[in-house]
Amino acid sequence: MRTILDWLEDRTGAPSAIQHFLDEEIPASAGWHQVFGSVAMFLFITQAFTGIMLALNYAPTPGEAYNSLRYIMTELTGGALIRGLHHWGASMMVIIVVLHMVQVFLWGAYKKPREATWMMGVILLLVTLAFALTGYLLPWDNRAYWGTVVTTQISASAPGAGPYVLRLMGAENGVGVVTFARFYAVHVLVLPPLTMLLILLHVYLVRRHGVAPAPGDELKPKQKFYPRQVFKDTAAISLAFIVLFSLAVIAKAPLGRLADPTDTTFIPRPEWYFLFLFQLLKYCEGPLEILASVVLPTLGVGLLFLVPFLDRAPVIRVTKRTTAFAIVILAAITWTGLTTAAVRSTPPEAFAADREGPMEWRDLTPEELAGVAYFKSESCGTCHTLGLRQEDKPGPNLGAGGAARDAAWMIAHFKQPASMVPGSQMPSVSLSDSQLNAMAAFLLKLTPQNAMKMQDIPQYVLEGAALYQKNRCNMCHQVNGVGMKSGPPLNGLAHRRDATWVKGHFLDPQKFTKDSMMPAYPFTAQQNETITKYLLSLP
Amino acid sequence: MQYNTDNQGRRGFLVRATQALSALIGGALGIPAFVYLFTPAKSHSTGGWVDAGDISQLKLNAPEELPFRRVRMDGWKIITEKSTAWVVRLSEKEVVAYTPQCTHLGCAYHWEESKGQFLCPCHTSNFSIDGKVLNGPAPRPLDRYLVKVDGTRLLIGPEQSKTKGA
Ligand code: FES
Repeated sequence: MRTILDWLEDRTGAPSAIQHFLDEEIPASAGWHQVFGSVAMFLFITQAFTGIMLALNYAPTPGEAYNSLRYIMTELTGGALIRGLHHWGASMMVIIVVLHMVQVFLWGAYKKPREATWMMGVILLLVTLAFALTGYLLPWDNRAYWGTVVTTQISASAPGAGPYVLRLMGAENGVGVVTFARFYAVHVLVLPPLTMLLILLHVYLVRRHGVAPAPGDELKPKQKFYPRQVFKDTAAISLAFIVLFSLAVIAKAPLGRLADPTDTTFIPRPEWYFLFLFQLLKYCEGPLEILASVVLPTLGVGLLFLVPFLDRAPVIRVTKRTTAFAIVILAAITWTGLTTAAVRSTPPEAFAADREGPMEWRDLTPEELAGVAYFKSESCGTCHTLGLRQEDKPGPNLGAGGAARDAAWMIAHFKQPASMVPGSQMPSVSLSDSQLNAMAAFLLKLTPQNAMKMQDIPQYVLEGAALYQKNRCNMCHQVNGVGMKSGPPLNGLAHRRDATWVKGHFLDPQKFTKDSMMPAYPFTAQQNETITKYLLSLP
Repeated sequence: MQYNTDNQGRRGFLVRATQALSALIGGALGIPAFVYLFTPAKSHSTGGWVDAGDISQLKLNAPEELPFRRVRMDGWKIITEKSTAWVVRLSEKEVVAYTPQCTHLGCAYHWEESKGQFLCPCHTSNFSIDGKVLNGPAPRPLDRYLVKVDGTRLLIGPEQSKTKGA
């Protein structure tokens, strides 16, 4: 061990360089308030690590990105955790970088000779936001797609530069493959090395000028960076890590529906830390819009850059820096106010829909969906597998494809299994004819491609569709083009009516539409809730 | 460096605490990464039983290469791929299906009618009709698929596990 160290020392000088780094003298007042820089650096390293892990299983093209991410999250052990760490790590990174800046700002640590260190820090903040912005598109779900559409449109509104920025983002003709390729390239090829370089320079400058002392530090003996401050940094890092890890375990990182450029019902939302800008944009309409989209942000960043030059007064105690505190508090109040307003004005579905996962079920008719419900309620799944997940079950796999039976065969088989398949052990299914029809309709729709996803259909959809089927709503209404036309078609109902209206209408149609031919349906509150939710989620 | 003993103890504690915390974080990141990289995906690639055709015409001890299509998972994609099997009726009751790759380095072998052997052109391994290695570098007998006969149809399942097939 000794000899290895000696050899390393002789040939590289690394051990004494590390020693030198750790023995750096820092002012007596250094302490807990200066941990944020280290935490930010730690988070960057974690993001790089989890990012590499994701990249090992992620296909960066719009056609594949969503499916490969879904594969990571559902098929790979630890995949959901790693994506969670990366997803929530991005948010934490923004928080910690901002806290780091707030600390430096409050203590006045940007003053001469540390102006360049501060400016480098502002650039690092911008880089962090660029990471967030480009990474947002990569899951290629609706959230990602529509969020990026808004981003590109805001950039397009920049006077003069707009079209060029748009072209640079590859979004002249809308967000598409080119945009995706560029965002991905920037996210994984441009920003990481740039960040490393900037961090290196930033840390070099911190070392060059030393950690900023507080007034009175000259009189006290200096302390060494190791081990006291290193311990404090590590403790803070651990705390941050525990929070991050818990978030990744408890709060599922969202992966919505596959990006659908034609889905105009989706309400785009940016990530929470950009919500305030989004809200600001709402207040500034028409010619004022550019104020919120371009002028204010540019002004804000410019001011941040110039902070060391605007405030050149000598360093004083942090407790005496009332103006600095006032500015931070004011900024915090403004940000919180705008963000709360934005959250309040978001319909709850915009957040809820985020977590529902795949929605392939939207292609199915109510009859087929009801079939899924019966398949579940009759516990067919105990003996039959759907899809390619190989499990040891007595019955054949119904989703493996090639089961070319027709509906008549299936229904006869449901009623008397052994009559169609000699020696079959399957018990007969005791459902009504229309229910058996529904189940056959669903089984006919199965392909190896969709079978696995059928198992993830939300319960309210199944129950809602079963109610729809049972009450023969299709005798008057159409869903996905199936059914009669004497009543209005029900697709897109959410654009026309809200939940209260639909629920009330079921109980007493004539109260809402005077000459309605529709009979009243005395649903229980629970049933009414379910079928309404189902109908409102129809595309 | 001069420390009094009290300071020394405190220093030691801080060093150990720093190391312990770092190790904890390293483990919490490293272990998930390890299982993520080294455990197989949850859905397996086997697509169950596939129909490989009618074998009522298959003669005793006359191997035939039958094509079939199999649906399987390739990562996040479900693909249908064409595959073949060398099918042999070893007796009235017993039909076997060999995977079409040589067990040496995976070349495609064929049935040599004149010799009554399977021949691999790459490094000249020979196999008997029941799959045993006759000579050449092949390390084990031909790998087999699980098979089922349903009337006159041959159903081909996943590959038999290699240890059992040997
Ligand atoms: S691959 Fe067949 S003998 Fe080498």
